[in-house]
Order: sequence, then structure tokens, then C-alpha cells
Amino acid sequence: MTRSCLAAPLLAASICCAVCAGGALAKDTGYVFVSSENDNAVTVLDGKKFSVVKVISTGKRPRDMRLSPDGKSLYVMTSDKNQADVIDIAQLKVTHSILAGKDPERFVFSADGKRMYATNEDDAHVSVVDLASRKIVANIPVGEEPEGIRLSPDGKRLYVASEVANMTHVIDTQTNKVIANVMVGNRPRRLALNPDGSEIWVTNELGGSVSIIDGTKNTVKATVEFQPKGFRKEEVTPVGIIMTRDGKTAYVTLGHANHVAVVDVAGRKVLDYILVGQRPWGITLNRAENRLFVVNGRSDDMSIIDTATRKVLQSVPVGRVPYGAVIDD
Amino acid sequence: MTRHKIIRHLLALIVLALAAPSGWAATLKIAYLEIENDARYDEARMYFGNLMQPLGQPFSGAEVAVRESAFAGKTVGIDFALQRVKRADSKGLLESVMKLHKEGVRFFLIDATAPVVAEVAKATRGKDLLLFNVSAPDDELRQEQCQAHLLHTLPNYAMTGDAIAQFLVSKKWQSILLLEGPLGEDKLLSGAFVRSAKRFGLKIADKRPFVLSNDPRQRDQGNVALLSTGAEYDAVFVADSEGEFARSLPYRTVRARPVLGSEGLVATAWHWSWDRYGASQLNGRLEKLAARRMAGPDWAAWMAVKAIVEAVVRTNNAGFPKLASYLKSEEITLDGFKGNRLGFRSWDNQLRQPILLATHNAVIEQAPIAGFLHQANNMDTLGFDKRDSRCAF
Repeated sequence: MTRSCLAAPLLAASICCAVCAGGALAKDTGYVFVSSENDNAVTVLDGKKFSVVKVISTGKRPRDMRLSPDGKSLYVMTSDKNQADVIDIAQLKVTHSILAGKDPERFVFSADGKRMYATNEDDAHVSVVDLASRKIVANIPVGEEPEGIRLSPDGKRLYVASEVANMTHVIDTQTNKVIANVMVGNRPRRLALNPDGSEIWVTNELGGSVSIIDGTKNTVKATVEFQPKGFRKEEVTPVGIIMTRDGKTAYVTLGHANHVAVVDVAGRKVLDYILVGQRPWGITLNRAENRLFVVNGRSDDMSIIDTATRKVLQSVPVGRVPYGAVIDD
Repeated sequence: MTRHKIIRHLLALIVLALAAPSGWAATLKIAYLEIENDARYDEARMYFGNLMQPLGQPFSGAEVAVRESAFAGKTVGIDFALQRVKRADSKGLLESVMKLHKEGVRFFLIDATAPVVAEVAKATRGKDLLLFNVSAPDDELRQEQCQAHLLHTLPNYAMTGDAIAQFLVSKKWQSILLLEGPLGEDKLLSGAFVRSAKRFGLKIADKRPFVLSNDPRQRDQGNVALLSTGAEYDAVFVADSEGEFARSLPYRTVRARPVLGSEGLVATAWHWSWDRYGASQLNGRLEKLAARRMAGPDWAAWMAVKAIVEAVVRTNNAGFPKLASYLKSEEITLDGFKGNRLGFRSWDNQLRQPILLATHNAVIEQAPIAGFLHQANNMDTLGFDKRDSRCAF
């Protein structure tokens, strides 16, 4: 058994070892990667005990992360360095970097995996990066301080939230043009799409709600409000959001209210509130969707939640001002 | 349906189509009122960057806000534009307001001292327009001189005084030496702090007047060593609206005590070193446009334009009465890049907001400070709460 297999979580262990036995490259290692804005580093935790395997130095202010389309590397947006650092998962080190515009924050890969779309917070652009040539091939002007960005399941539409313009832009990926602007709540941050792309859920940090956009009409068709016990409306500041693959459940991090909301997507009803650390923002599900990883920006830790019991199993200390987590499983 | 009726319906439809915001962009003009050669923005006065002083004319803040609003305006078919009006005095400004009002302008930012703001507001009372005070912190404008159509985005002295008092209480620096300057504004600052001290249970160890002078006959008022000796105190609050005396106060006191108020640590609407909640991006936008850093009045002007834009967009550019009432209602959500949802207090039209406590290059705290609670909204622990209000619209 190789080291990477030891690190695999229970559920993915069998798959992992099959891969390991074949002598393949490190993949599905079970590693949990956590970026820390103030440490300029990505912390690698093993997927079982969540102990630190390695701390990888990156460019300044690492934020959004995503596994490469081939699953062999991890892209980390280093906002103050204006680039994505590419970490080779087998070696656990940065092998190269790709320029991604001014102050890039969040990003997605195109459906064919050839391009990367990154929101540039300082320049009010979405930069389109060709991964083979490592060049910015287009800049799409959007509202000020764009942050959240998601691709529709068919790869034809990009959804981008502008924090200042209070809107979600709909961009045609063929023409790189904004085809619709949808006003949502105040300070929209991040997005999640249901499996067929008919609904786009947008968190409104200052509005304290989630706006649900109709994917065909490009209008807001519903709003979900949050009211965790003991908190005032103004303390509810939703930022992170993730939906299960079946599109039935959404999890929303509530920022100052220190809770994660569990939402029934079809019924648009909050089913539960789970207490986590301070100012939870980043949120990730593992592949089996039985564990939820929530990073708490102000308490510098990560809460690991059992999605069946909706209880925090463990809180793990991570770097300073953790931004988000990615699981390689 | 008669032919006559059909034509009438058709005409009505055409009128509706013309009035509809989609398809073409109408310009919504916001006027920016200023006084020529406003002494507050005198280069020599701003040169030292005294902590309570502006760093430039707040018009730049309004410009940044208009630029930010292009996308949001598009959705309701509106282009926002600023019209800068500079006149010699309040009489001149009033003429301009009347003229612009006739041309259909309904929103005015006023960047002037309190007497000018009060005069313009009084003379326009009852008109369908809104005035936004962006640079006069005087309490009176929110109390006896308040007007239903006058809104304030800059925090007033009572708010900044309360912010400092909360900070002092949180540090357990209970006993304060108060140094008060000779100017009218200095007395307002000092008066506001005395009120705050009482509200939060601080003790004023002594209140001493200072003068900017080396005259040996006024030695006891001009010499910092003499001014700061003989009393027991935990901190010094200096009320110096121009900042000339205050800037040489820290490190000259006899006792090793921190200075707050007009220097050392000040309470302000904004500071260029503030970097949370998107603040770095906003600071960057102003620096790019104005080639200088951003301060409180810049933020207040920026916020006023943002409030107008928010109301226009959320009401789909409804008529003025609806727009104005939405703007002042509890319903509105304003984003001041300070982490809280902001809105105007119904009893005096003051924007409730967090206050930053800053040194020359760092924000040390944010008020309301944790632990200072209010039954409805913790931001109402700063400044005039409903029960303290002497405003009757």
C-alpha cells in the first residue's frame, strides 16, 4: 500500500487502492486541501485523521481552488499575485503558474477543459485564459467586484455575481458576451446550479438571503430567507453555497451567524441550522456527499459535518484566514 | 368599444411604451452642490493629513459611485450622471437648486458647512427633492434643524463621540482629560464627547481650554506639558477641529497616555487602510480616480449616490414620492462596505452605520464595539437613538 492509500478516506479507500495497485499517478488521494489567505499557503490534510501532511507555499493570498480537468493537479488562485498556481498532487508542490488577470478570485474550467474563466475583483472583468498557451484570450467586462462564477451543465452559459452591482451576469461562452443582467439581493457572493441548470442559486451576503434565478427566463423566481435562532436579520450574511449532485439539498454558510443552513431545494425550506466556527464561508462536499467541510475564516479552523446526522464530527485547526477546501477523492 | 375609445387606448399604450425604461436609457441627474473656495479643502490645511481632516474634495467619492452604478442602471434603463454646481454662498446655491429642480432634478448632494446646509434645507422645505448632507458632522442638523427632505450619510459628532467612548470603556480607560480648542467647532466636538462620556459612564478628570500660542501670558493654555500635568487620567481626548494643535499633542503629554479625538485615534466614517468587506477595492477605485487616498467625506458622498441608485433600481425607477419613501424606509439595504446592512434612521434621517476607529495607518476597532447592545439594532448605540431625538419633521 502506498502512502496515498493510507491517506484515503474509508469510503474511497477501495477505489484508491485499485488505482494505486495499477501504479497510476497520485489521484483520489483523499487529501483535503485548504487555502489560507494570510499564510500564503495551502495546507494538505490526510482524509482520515485530518492531520497535516504538508504545507505548500503558494503565491500571495491563495483563495479559490479547483482540481484540474484531468484530476492530476490542483489550481489555486493567488489573488495578490494575479495568477493561478498549479500544484502537482503527486509531488505536492507548485510546478507552474498561469496569469489570470488583476486580483483573480474565483474560477471555473470550460466544459472541454481547455479554458479557465476567472473573476477579476479589481478590474471588473472575467478573464478567459487558454490553458495550453497560458494566455488571457479575452476579457469580459462585468459589474464591479465580480466574485462567484459557475458554468451551466451544458457549458454554454457562465453565471457571474457582481458584489457591487447587485446582479448576476449571464454570459454566452461562445461569444464571451453578457446576454442578461439579473438583479438579485444585496452583495451577491457565490452561486450553485441545480443538475439541469434550470435554477441558479445566488447567496446575498448583505441581503441575508438566497435569490433563485430561473435559468431559462433569467429572472428571480424565488427567495430563501434565513432565521437561525438567537440571531438578528443583519447578522445573517450568507456567502458559501453548495448543492448535492441530485439537486435536492443545498448547504449555505451564514457568515456572521456562525451556522450552516440545510435547505430543501424543491420546497425552498430551511430544514436545519448547524452551528460551526466563526464566519464560515467556504464549503465543500466529499464525493460520497456524507461529509461537509466548512472553513471558518475568523476562527481559523474547519468544521467537518456528518450530513446524515447534521452534526459537527470534528473541528480541525487550519492556517490563518482559511478561504476554502477541496477534497481529492 | 367605440373607435374613439380604441384610439384612446392606443394612445395610452404608446405613452406607456415611451415611458417604459427598457430599450433606451434616460439620464438621471444628481446635482452636487459646493461652495467656492471652501476653507475646509484648502491645500495648506489638508497638507499635514491631520486625522480629522478630509484628504480632498469628496466630489471624487460621488464620481466613483456613479461609475460603479453603470451596470445596475442598465437594468432599469437609467444612466446616472453628476452635475457639479459651485456657488459663492448659500444664496447662490439656492438659486441653482431652484433652477435644477425646475429642470426635473430631484437628488442633491450638499458638500458645505452646517450653516449653509441648514439654510438650503430650510428654504427648500416642502419641495419634492432630497438633500444629502455629505460633509457637515454637526449634531444640530440632526436635531432642531432637521428636515424631512434632508438626509445625512456622514456620521455626526454624537456618533463619533459614542464610538470613542465605547472604545475607552472597552479598554477600561475610565478617566479622561479633555482638551478643548477655542473655535466653535471645537466646542461642538468637546460638547459631544462630554455627552458620550456621560452616556457610557466615563469620568472627565478635567476639562482644559487650549490655544495655539507661545504667548507667555497664556502659557497654561499653550504649553502641552502644563496642560497635561496635575491631573490623574487614563487617556486624553483632544477637541481640535482644525487639528493644528492636536497633531503635536501625542508624545508631548507629561503622562504616558494615549491621545484620542482629533488625533492619535479618531472615529471616522472611513479610512484608507480599512480593508474588509470589499474596502480595498473601493479604496483602489478612488485612488485611481483622484490620485489620493479616501477619507470619511469621500465615503459619505459615495454612499449618498449609492443610496439613490439603490432606490432607483429597486423601485424600477418609480416616481419621486415612492422612490423617496423607499429610500428612507426600513426596507432598503445599503452596502457601505463596512459589513452591516445600512439604512436611514426614521426619526432624524441619519444613516446608521459602523464607525471606524483609526490611527494614521490602521483601523484599530470598529464600533459598535462587541458587547454594546441595543434592543433593536446595535448600530443605534451610536449617536441619537429615537428617545434622544429632538427632531420633529
